This record gives sequence, C-alpha cells and structure tokens, in this order.
Amino acid sequence: MNKLRTGAFHTGMVLLSLLWLGPVLWVVVMSTRSFDDIAAHGVGSLPQSFTLDTYRQAWTDGGELRALINSMLVTVPSVALSLGLAAMAAFALSRFRIPGRRTILLLMLAGNLLPPQILLIPVAKFSELTGLYDTLWALIAVQVGFGLGFYTFVLHGFMRDLPGEIQEAATIDGAGTAQIFTRVMLPLTRPALAALGALSFTWIFNDLLWAITVLRTDDNMPVTPALLALQGQFVSSWNVIAAGTVIAAVPTVAVFLRFQRHFVSGLALGAVK
Amino acid sequence: MTATISTTSVTPTRRRRRSARLSPLLVAFVLVPFAVESVWVFWPAIQGFWFSLTRWDGMTPPTFVGTDNYVELAGDATFRGALVNTVIWLVLFGGLSVLGGFGMALVLQKERRFVGFYRAALFTPVVFSLVVTALVWRVFYQPDGIADTLLRAVGLEQLIRPWLADPQTALYAVILPALWRQIGYVMVLFLAGLKAIDPALHEAARMDGANAWQRLRHVTIPQLKGVNAVVLSVIVIDSLRSFDIVWSLTKGGPYHSSELLSTYMYSTAFQSLRLGYASAIAVVIFVLALAVILGYLVRAFREEAS
Repeated sequence: MNKLRTGAFHTGMVLLSLLWLGPVLWVVVMSTRSFDDIAAHGVGSLPQSFTLDTYRQAWTDGGELRALINSMLVTVPSVALSLGLAAMAAFALSRFRIPGRRTILLLMLAGNLLPPQILLIPVAKFSELTGLYDTLWALIAVQVGFGLGFYTFVLHGFMRDLPGEIQEAATIDGAGTAQIFTRVMLPLTRPALAALGALSFTWIFNDLLWAITVLRTDDNMPVTPALLALQGQFVSSWNVIAAGTVIAAVPTVAVFLRFQRHFVSGLALGAVK
Repeated sequence: MTATISTTSVTPTRRRRRSARLSPLLVAFVLVPFAVESVWVFWPAIQGFWFSLTRWDGMTPPTFVGTDNYVELAGDATFRGALVNTVIWLVLFGGLSVLGGFGMALVLQKERRFVGFYRAALFTPVVFSLVVTALVWRVFYQPDGIADTLLRAVGLEQLIRPWLADPQTALYAVILPALWRQIGYVMVLFLAGLKAIDPALHEAARMDGANAWQRLRHVTIPQLKGVNAVVLSVIVIDSLRSFDIVWSLTKGGPYHSSELLSTYMYSTAFQSLRLGYASAIAVVIFVLALAVILGYLVRAFREEAS
C-alpha cells in the first residue's frame, strides 16, 4: 500500500514537472530547428534538423546584443543604487530615534504598493520635462524610485533585529556614523542584501511596463520589450523567435542558479514575518 | 498617538542614548532616498489624480473638466468589459494560483527523494519574464502547435480553434500561462510558511486522534495566518497590476475580449493619447487596490510596533 502511494506520488509529480518543464524544453529545441523544417512540419512536430544560425540571426539581425547591453546598463546600476539608498534609509530609520521614522517607513512602503498605472502618465511627462525621456537614465531613475520603498522596508526589518551591542561597541571605539554604517552594519546585512539583490535583478531585468513607458526608440529598448519587437520582425520564423527567447531568459536563469538559496529566501522574506 | 507607541516599543537592548543628536549625515541618509521616491512616486501619484480631472492630449496643456471622465467611464462598454475581465482575472488567476500553490506546497513539504527536483521544476518559470513566458506559450497555442497536436493525438480535433484569436477563449488562454508562472511562486511562499510551523503541534494533534484533514484544517491553516495574509495581498496587487502577459499575447484583443483595466489604461494613454481619461482608469485601479494596500500597511505597522 505504501509502495503504491509512493509510486503514485512520483508518477504524478513527474507528469506535473513535465508540464512545467516541457514547454521550456520545447522552445529550446525549437530554437535549433531550421526554418524549412518548421515550415514543412509545423511547430508542434519533433525536430528533424539542427542549426545554431538562429542564434546568430537573433543576436545580430534581431538586435538582441544591443538589447542585452541596454538591459545590463539599466539593471546593474538600478540594483546597486536602489539597494544602496534603501540600506542608508533603513540604517538611519532602524538604528536611530529619528522623529516620525515609522510614518516615513510606511509611506515609503506605501509608494511601492501603488499600482504603477497611476504613475505611468506623470512619469512619462516628467521625464519629457527633464529631457530624460527615451534615455536609459529615465528607466534607471524610475526603477530606483519605485523599488526603494520595498527594499527599505525589508532591510529595516533585518537591521532592526541586529543586536544593539555591536553598534554601541563600535561607538565606544570611536567609530562615526558613516563608519558604523559601512564597516559594521552593511557586512552584517549581507544575507538580506544578497537576497534582495538577486530578486531585484530579475524584477528589473524582466520589466516591460516601465521600459515601454519611458523609452521609444528601438535601439534603446532592453531585452524584454526587444523580444516583443523581435516577434514582429521575424513574424513566422519561430526558430529565431525561440532563440531570442532563450537569449532573453539566460541572464535571469544564471542569476537564479548562482544565488538560488538567496533568491528563494528573498521571496520568503516577506512571508514568514 | 505615534509618540506613545514609539516610547513603549523601545526595548532596553535597543535603547539609544538620547544625547546623540541627529547628525547631518543621518538626515541625509533618510532624506535622499525619500526625495528620490518623492520625485518618481509620490509627486507623480498626486499628479495622476489631478490629471484624471482633466482632458489632455499630451501636446496642449490639460483643461480641467471636473468629473467628466468618470461620468464617461460609467457609460463606456469597453471599460465595463475590462472591469469584468479584471474581476475574472482576480478570481481565476488569483484563486487558482493560491489553491495550486498551497496544494503543491502541501504535497512537496516533506523532504523525500526527488522532492528538490520537483520543487525546482515548478519554480523554474518564476525566473522568466512574463514576455518570455508569453512567447513560450505562443508556441503552444500556435495553429498546429503543441495544443493542437495534443488534441489531435487524443481525437479531440473538433475542439481546435485559434486560441488567442477567438474572443471566446482569448482571456482564458492568457490566464493559463500566467498561472503556470505564478503557482511556483506561491508554492515557495507557502513552503517557507509550512517550514516555520512547530512540528510538535502536529504531533500533539495526531496523539489526540486528529486525522490528516483535521490537522490541515485546525493546525496548518490557522498556523499559516501570517503567510495567508501576505499571499492574499501579493495576489490581489499582482492581479490588478497584471499587464505584461496580456500585452505580449493579445494586447487586450480580439475586440477587447481579453482587455484588463491595466491594458485598457495603457492603450488609452499611449495609443489613443487620451491622457486624462486614462488617468481616470488608473484611479479606478488604485481604488480597487486601496483596501488591500491599507490592510498590508496596517499589518506592517503592527509588526513595527511590536
């Protein structure tokens, strides 16, 4: 009986895993098929050809290289800036008796919970006004501004729970506020920073809405919106679109595999409090 | 009010010396991030409400029209359709991802052989962007794609239709990929919550003769109260924000059959250039999200005070 249940469990889970991984594998396989193969047998058939030319087409003709560079130019500074600023605010709000600190913290968190739709038009207009419209600066700025509240809130919760004695000892040793922040608090906050870093990397890298709101020129688009454009450019070349899809997914998968533990604990950060 | 809470919440270990006056550096530590968020979030949000009371094409200055936009919304059939679709989205996408995620977390909570692999498989799509997800599923829905091939294989070819181009199926054909991606995410949240439950509680319930269902009903679910609240807020907020997947698969079409408030707002603003009217739609989205946002903040506030 027990054996039967174990067998049923594994059979069910293998089928379910297949349902989840199958479509992904299908796209990876399709990205290596030739155009003629797909034209003759359809996207639903098994592969009867092998080529990597699709990746060259997506990479250069489809502009994925340019798009990946744009994505990195936006994502890396956005993650660094938003975590840096959030750590500063969280440090000051959690370790010092700043008047109104609770209100400030909740106001910042509330900003992150707003539906972005209410911000789209004003943000687009504001970036036009400041001359940032259609530049990567605008995207970086809005990603930092919009993400800050949540990161501050999470880091605040983490820093608040660190023992106060460490800070007092450092103060007695003559360390100033800046030194306590960079030498004591930041190293102690590393687990939370790593978790938020991995998460925010994927969020910002995967974003579509803000990019198509503050950018217009194709050459400025990060990889997510560029993938939609690729679909228009290679309408029925499913193999090239599939290759483009794989290219767009690789960076976040790499970050996930590298920071797997942090990533999952980051997702859970908010949940178990 | 705030003052009393802050004095009572100071525990001895966390007490700072009063004498340490606020250094300019600390003030900057708070003010700089706050200013950045003010410029890119708070101020735009206030403007958003103001724009909803104007008629504006983005070129000429906005003209104040009072509540005209809201009156027009009330009679706009597309808006009403988008509102209904958003509710369907909330119920199906939100409800099923919570049920699916919770179910998978229960099934996969015990460490046993291959469980790590199953969890990873379900979690994989979470790291993809919704646009990547959309393209993966486009292959599935393509005429002669995987869906059609599978249906043909089991002799159900009469069901075959242009899944994304048929107004009858478009919305549901978009919900499915969104669910596929969300279930793994919700599962991880619940797995973390389940792990935090003291196993002694289950042990005690078992000793008292409670069966598996009773333990789930009276031990697990009550113990997950905190996680449930977080998951519910995340799901509602995510549902109302959902945009990418619809935009990449159908752009809200055909004939607005998969239109959500978020996509209708975007196309009204940036394609029809009716910025005032689009702002009014955005305000409606905000109002729908408000209760959940406030609930989340109240919870966060209580945690801060404790």
